[in-house]
Amino acid sequence: MAIEIEQPTVGLSKVAVSETHGEDSPYFAGWKAYDEDPYDESENPSGVIQMGLAENQVSFDLLEEYLEKHSEASTWGKGAPGFREHALFQDYHGLKSFRQAIASFMEQIRGGRAKFDPDRVVLTAGATAANELLTFILADPGDALLVPTPYYPGFDRDLRWRTGVKIVPIHCDSSNNFQVTPQALEAAYKDAEVMNIKVRGVLITNPSNPLGATIQRSVLEEILDFVTRKNIHLVSDEIYSGSAFSSSEFVSIAEILEARGYKDSERVHIVYSLSKDLGLPGFRVGTIYSYNDKVVTTARRMSSFTLISSQTQHLLASMLSDQEFTKNYIKINRERLRKRYEMIIEGLRNAGIECLKGNAGLFCWMNLSPLLKTQTREGELTLWKSIIRDLKLNISPGSSCHCSEPGWFRVCFANMRSKR
Amino acid sequence: MTLTQIRTQSKEPEHPPRKPTGATGMRLIVPLQGVVQGRGGLILGSLIPCALFYFFHLYLKRHRSANPSSNPPSPSASSPNLADIPRTASRSNLSSRGSFGPGRASISTRAMSIAKPNDSPYYIGLDKVSGNPYDRTSNPDGIIQLGLSENRLCLDLIEKWMAKNLRDSIVGTDGDDLNINGITTYQPFDGLMELKVAMANFMSRVVGKVVSFDASQMVLTAGATPAVEILSFCLADHGNAFLVPTPYYPGFDRDMRWRTGVELVPVHCRSTDNFILSVTALEQAYNHARKRGLKVRGLLISNPSNPVGNLLPRERLFDILNFAQEKNIHIISDEIFAGSVYGEDEFVSMAQILEEEDFDKNRVHIIYGLSKDLSLPGFRVGAIYSYNENVLTAAKRLTRFSSISAPSQRLLASMLSDASFIEEYIETNKKRIGNIYGLFVEGFRRLGIRCMESSAGLYCWADMGKLIPSYSEKGELDLWDKLLNIAKINVTPGSACHCIEPGWFRCCFTTLTEDDIPIVIERIRKVAETCKSPG
Repeated sequence: MAIEIEQPTVGLSKVAVSETHGEDSPYFAGWKAYDEDPYDESENPSGVIQMGLAENQVSFDLLEEYLEKHSEASTWGKGAPGFREHALFQDYHGLKSFRQAIASFMEQIRGGRAKFDPDRVVLTAGATAANELLTFILADPGDALLVPTPYYPGFDRDLRWRTGVKIVPIHCDSSNNFQVTPQALEAAYKDAEVMNIKVRGVLITNPSNPLGATIQRSVLEEILDFVTRKNIHLVSDEIYSGSAFSSSEFVSIAEILEARGYKDSERVHIVYSLSKDLGLPGFRVGTIYSYNDKVVTTARRMSSFTLISSQTQHLLASMLSDQEFTKNYIKINRERLRKRYEMIIEGLRNAGIECLKGNAGLFCWMNLSPLLKTQTREGELTLWKSIIRDLKLNISPGSSCHCSEPGWFRVCFANMRSKR
Repeated sequence: MTLTQIRTQSKEPEHPPRKPTGATGMRLIVPLQGVVQGRGGLILGSLIPCALFYFFHLYLKRHRSANPSSNPPSPSASSPNLADIPRTASRSNLSSRGSFGPGRASISTRAMSIAKPNDSPYYIGLDKVSGNPYDRTSNPDGIIQLGLSENRLCLDLIEKWMAKNLRDSIVGTDGDDLNINGITTYQPFDGLMELKVAMANFMSRVVGKVVSFDASQMVLTAGATPAVEILSFCLADHGNAFLVPTPYYPGFDRDMRWRTGVELVPVHCRSTDNFILSVTALEQAYNHARKRGLKVRGLLISNPSNPVGNLLPRERLFDILNFAQEKNIHIISDEIFAGSVYGEDEFVSMAQILEEEDFDKNRVHIIYGLSKDLSLPGFRVGAIYSYNENVLTAAKRLTRFSSISAPSQRLLASMLSDASFIEEYIETNKKRIGNIYGLFVEGFRRLGIRCMESSAGLYCWADMGKLIPSYSEKGELDLWDKLLNIAKINVTPGSACHCIEPGWFRCCFTTLTEDDIPIVIERIRKVAETCKSPG
């Protein structure tokens, strides 16, 4: 008689079972609440309103209009010429026309104050992939990147999960509008040293998520000096650069480098994407722009794991090269975002709620600390839970962004097309 | 007796092993230096000879899975990729120099190995062709590409479909399948359900409708390349190993190992077995890995096989499943060429076995994609099909780093759902591949070059052993170099695929038309004449 022996189940890796994906954090729990009961004007007016997703829907009509008028971008014409090349095209260099279009678009956003070389553009399927790729390239497992708080919750996953790299926070607080100070930089570096962790770089988001504010020129200069002194890298995630309410208020690290004659620029890398400024997150278009040849080469090779469909590259190449369209789009998008922002701020002010002075992005940084029972993380989460439950609003608690002061919340205002 | 002497002695052992690069050698030497320099008299007497013998033995047995060649082909072949980046902002000349000078922030160790110029013939050949590609009219003296398994035979069918179905605008009215409404926003990272369903149906048709695939067990990725890497991340930890039958697709070295830190342990297959995996070889490789202190987490097979093009018979699949069960490891079955079976033999998918027989499904994961069977590598569509809930959950989460662009998903969902088109495409594709295969192999036969029996894939596995100057990896690479630089044909040498027998080459023929074949044969013939060994 055969004896049944219980076979041990075949195991998975540490990466697979790790919690670093972060999906159990409040940031994502709020999304789940929304997914289960989403607000809809007609079908579900008592559902949860999504204000926790930084998506830009305010200018979709402009895109629609362009695509209607320029059908050649989305087809390969009758008889489909050019299709063959695209069908087979899996070169990790990406379509040259697309790289040129991205470079020129990035220049336009910065008002021509910085130049971008298409050959330094590396394409990835979204900024999520770009940030992870850079982390793989700049740091070894166990090393760290310094990131100013509060920061985008997704970084905990994107920068750390598969890479094995750590994040050491650079603490910022409301006393100076959460700006990065040289003292905070040094303190974070020291924190890492004490833990015997090697710091490989600083990663900033400019304009900042979740603050909704651009980083001032003087602060950028200080950060650049710091990384030069410590001989480490600087990654500037400028994914919201086109969402600054006015072009002149946003200073890109590229401008600082140009002003310095590109001295010591090999340590700087910029991340960009079309998900926020163009409202096309579904298209999965991200890019790494690096002033470092080796990083460009390596990133390009590694991008094999995250290539953008050639069809999408072709489609967007013509659109982004149309300077008349892009100039107009950028201007109108900025205007509309600014209006939405002012509307929300006004509304909140009338309710007695103050926000951080913002000038960019798809969200505002709201201070609800007066409403907390206790000025603690628990107090904040209690308030957050009741906002979801009773007000049916999904907003993101500051603790999920590692904010050192409890009571701050991020409210997204651009993810709805119609007026609400 | 020093280690350097041992290394020269190991050049011509009975079964030519892979010649490791200097790096491996160093890893052995350094710890030994400590011993040799003497920490006590005892060591000199007995330990050193024992240690040296042990390492020598290990050296011979070691089958490398890293860059195979320590004899890079002629300098003309190597083109550092860095050369084509114009220096604008950056001042320093970084070409193949290695790390930065003082004061420059360095990149990670992981990245360093990726940054240096590719010395694998597989990549060098691909680079060379892109620099001087053959075109019958505009560049007849260019290099003919037989090193990239790309299928151009049925692009006309796809073109026709596109022309007929792609509306003038992708922002059409409601009800228009291909409009971008609703897909510009964030979508599930693991793919639109409409595409998963369409893929499941397509996969079912491809294997002859004997299996039905469940869309909920599928995770879509931007190409099969990330699919393989994601599985590697999910099933193994840094430092663990996968067994892989040789010869295998050179890309696995990158996809499975680069960022994961996982090792590949080759399971050598031989021409006497038609390069089909044997259980003995599996056991040997497994034990070998154990001896090296490696924990084996799974077995990666490609079926239909790349680069040989043969199919694993049903009984062998049973053997593999039993082996995996016994060792409690995973099986990754890369079935990306399933739709490219032109021969008489029956292709049996792992999915079919699992449906028919009672094996533990939790350890089996299938990889698929549209790059080969549907000729659309540019659109980046790959899939992981698994029966393991935990793997699906983890893989889903990882697809955020490798998602397929939404408009392409919509376009392909529409195409794959067009049943009559797909039916016509699959049948025509098989016929055309079979036709070119026949002509190609016949051409080779007339040159005295035999190809391994195969019934699938976009390539043939040719035995040019008679043409190589010495029966060794070096001899094989000499011939490869001649073919590339004199005959101007890029083929993939067996050593790049970790084949244990020198002289085999993978030649892809699905980028050729019937008229190109005589040209290819003629070019090879000219070189072959100069290679005929005397006597």
